[in-house]
Amino acid sequence: MSMSGNTFEPIVELMEETAPPTSGVVMVLKRLMRSPGSMMGLIIVLAFLFISVAADYIAPHDYDAANFEMRRAAPSAEYWLGTDELGRDLFSRLLQGARYSLLVGVISVGIGLSVGIPLGLISGYFGGVADMVIMRLMDIMLAFPSILLAILFVAILGPSLENAMIAIGVVSIPIYARLVRSSTLTVKEELFIEASRAMGANHFQIIFVHIFPNTLAPIVVQSTLQIAVAIQAAAALGFLGLGAPPDVPEWGNMLQKGRTYIISAPHIVVFPGLAIMLVVLGFNLLGDGLRDALDPRIAR
Amino acid sequence: MTTYILRRLLFAIPVLIGASFLVFVSIRFVPGDPAVAIAGELATPELREQVRKDLGLDEPMLVQYAIYLQRAVQGDMGQSVRTRQQVLDEILLRLPKTIQLASLSLILSAAIGIPIGVISATRANSWVDAVSMIFALLGVSMPIFWLGLMLMIFFSVILPSWLGMTQPVLPPTGSGTWKHLVMPVIALAANSMAIQARMTRACMLEVLRADYIRTARAKGLVEWKVIYKHALRNALVPIVTIIGLQFGTLLGGAVITETVFAWPGIGRLLIDSISYRDYPVVQGTVLVITFGFVLVNLVVDVMYAYLDPRIRYD
Amino acid sequence: MKTHGRVSNKRVLVEVNNLKKYFPVRSGLFQRISGWVKAVDNVSFHIREGETFGLVGESGCGKTTIGRTLLNLIPATEGEVIFDGRSIFQLSSSEMKKLRHDIQIIFQDPYSSLNPRMTVGQSISEGLRIHTNKSRQEQHEIVSDLLRRVGLRPEHATRYPHEFSGGQRQRIGIARALALRPKFIVCDEPVSALDVSIQAQVLAILRELQKDFNLTYLFIAHNLSVVEHFCDRIGVMYLGKMVELADREELFRNPLHPYTQALMSAIPIPDPRMKRQRVILQGDVPSPLNPPQGCRFHTRCPLAFAKCGEEEPPFKAYGDEHYAACWLLETGEPGASKLRPAELPAENVSVL
Repeated sequence: MSMSGNTFEPIVELMEETAPPTSGVVMVLKRLMRSPGSMMGLIIVLAFLFISVAADYIAPHDYDAANFEMRRAAPSAEYWLGTDELGRDLFSRLLQGARYSLLVGVISVGIGLSVGIPLGLISGYFGGVADMVIMRLMDIMLAFPSILLAILFVAILGPSLENAMIAIGVVSIPIYARLVRSSTLTVKEELFIEASRAMGANHFQIIFVHIFPNTLAPIVVQSTLQIAVAIQAAAALGFLGLGAPPDVPEWGNMLQKGRTYIISAPHIVVFPGLAIMLVVLGFNLLGDGLRDALDPRIAR
Repeated sequence: MTTYILRRLLFAIPVLIGASFLVFVSIRFVPGDPAVAIAGELATPELREQVRKDLGLDEPMLVQYAIYLQRAVQGDMGQSVRTRQQVLDEILLRLPKTIQLASLSLILSAAIGIPIGVISATRANSWVDAVSMIFALLGVSMPIFWLGLMLMIFFSVILPSWLGMTQPVLPPTGSGTWKHLVMPVIALAANSMAIQARMTRACMLEVLRADYIRTARAKGLVEWKVIYKHALRNALVPIVTIIGLQFGTLLGGAVITETVFAWPGIGRLLIDSISYRDYPVVQGTVLVITFGFVLVNLVVDVMYAYLDPRIRYD
Repeated sequence: MKTHGRVSNKRVLVEVNNLKKYFPVRSGLFQRISGWVKAVDNVSFHIREGETFGLVGESGCGKTTIGRTLLNLIPATEGEVIFDGRSIFQLSSSEMKKLRHDIQIIFQDPYSSLNPRMTVGQSISEGLRIHTNKSRQEQHEIVSDLLRRVGLRPEHATRYPHEFSGGQRQRIGIARALALRPKFIVCDEPVSALDVSIQAQVLAILRELQKDFNLTYLFIAHNLSVVEHFCDRIGVMYLGKMVELADREELFRNPLHPYTQALMSAIPIPDPRMKRQRVILQGDVPSPLNPPQGCRFHTRCPLAFAKCGEEEPPFKAYGDEHYAACWLLETGEPGASKLRPAELPAENVSVL
């Protein structure tokens, strides 16, 4: 045989030029930091998380203490953003409201993920009848404008913050199911799946070891954007009187209450709306940034 | 092609049936006696009994649904608890108002959103692009109802005071004249305008990277011809799809906008009916909006197949 | 290397009998099955222990499908595959899982064949985790040894596939296939995606490993030049059918089927002074959805005559273990099936 076993040595030497292994998370963070927009998103989101946790400690006033002498007072040194219709400090209430928004975002996305991902994996991986049934069900849910379906669910379950979270979460299930299904279909065709099957891996092992980790990037992006959607939807439900009970300082709720005084005390509606917009903007920026940072088309 | 359209139509039927079943079943989940829910809490025991018999509430759920569906197809969606009017009449009275609002918003959003997207894409990374995309992002992030409230403050307080007027420049609520339309249309359009601008930009950028664009430039075509004759035409397929899908979203958004501006469309009818626990109307409005949504999406799908010669559906 | 005598007395490890694989084609409003793609249509052959059996044909001829069916990765439509005395289509799923220990596959595309989110070490040791209870330390040792054997270094185990070149990835794929110490490996065009210089290295590794581990290979390729130096026996496929099967030396010395001869004339000769007249086949490979009647090659065969389009030629022996399917061989006339460039129409010949 003319081919000797030693011909491959030079290739090994070339290896030394490649960079040392970097962890995926570090790489994504580095890429995020390159774009000012995503950096801003990250800062807003981190600030939002901090406020949600520390609201009680950083609030200048008790968010629930009414000062009837100071009802609907304009912003001042004492009340930075003014007071609401009962004379409560608007700024402290906004800080407190961040909690509810975070809760809505996390829980509704959690519901969407925990039901949508398994459905999408099953549908995409096994195909056939399971796929048919699951996807037709998802089609039915997607036949509704999403806010309408959420409104319907809350109307039936009864207006409350918990039900609003459930409704928003349930409505997002088909989005995740479809997303995961389509990534699953792509990953399923990869040869490493076939290699794994040839090695005797069962369906469970293939789905969890190979398929699921490869669908994570779009899920992370979608979830970030979905938190924004959930916060907006919860505020809308609150505004329609279908969310938290009247006393809870949820942002949409505050807008609904303040609406009556829109001419005499516009600050009551201006600031909660700004808060919603800022947080939603933060998650949108971060989501967009993550999408670019995780884009497989950009060479690693 | 015909096969594809036929198949899409065939698929739409089970989706609509499923959706109506979902609505129907959910209404049955309202806590308490469905007869009370449907006839209203103030109804006399006789009326409740009548409703119970009428709707076959003692029958199994599927039978009840079959009865409902059969009647709905014939235009009988039951009676409003609140007004004792036929649900269909109530809806038909308000539907034109919602369609008017949604279509005007769609036109406005496309008329502004698409040019912004094209300009941003052709001058990617310039300050024009940056500013438009910041505004687009704000538009996406802004709650519709809050924008509505801000418009009210602007046109009722700020602008009059600048102009030295005592009356609001635009009527904050209600309908009737073109002046009533301005604020609701802007509020509803803002979101979808922003989405269209972002999507158009993305599609255009994708197309502008294609080889045939380089070819067109290489053979010395003027830049505007490259952009309008080659790029935009190819980017148009996804853009048209997005516009179509936006119409559906606008139908949903109308529910909120109509509440803000007390616009007498079916969105407001829905919210009012929910607070009055007028379930027959809730059911009817949700069904009608959903029907419209599915129909629009269907038309978009078919149009997409028609517009893109590369896609063959068989 | 003398191969003929070496392997012919060894026992048969893999036996493929009348294998068929048809894929349904759906169309119309209700996606009814409207036809069948006969990817593999009644193919039989056997592979002896320690042997390298080459399977050659243009893309779409069904060779890859045979590989997949052999591993029971896709169910066969008909026929049987006997591995080590056991018919694999009849095994229970737990028996099949045990058997997977012995049969492995190496893929053509070195990019798609490794999970981008797993380190090289994790990929290689995957089979060990599925089939054995080896500790991390033991797994690590096995991975290190395998990496060395394929010409990489143990420390490469912690890296991710994107850090490697195509040739290196292909070696990782080989290491993975070896981890369970299989008896039989299906090599599905393992070098087709690589540069020529890298091809030789990978083939050399495969050759070494075969010696060290007494491996049996099914080597799939789309042209004869790679197979020429690597395989002991070679089967030539066209449109789902085996058209010729023989010992390597015998096949190259005396190719019987016109299709084999045409493939052979396409092998480049590394000598610029040598002129070879290349036979160019006219037309495209017909669709396997609607294969030609009679001999499937007759639409492109320069020697075809009336009978070829009517009846399918038998696949039978015309010499010591030399099988072929061609009506010209049935005429009994010596050399009747030979392509002689001088006698062919001009459009069928080009000078290389």
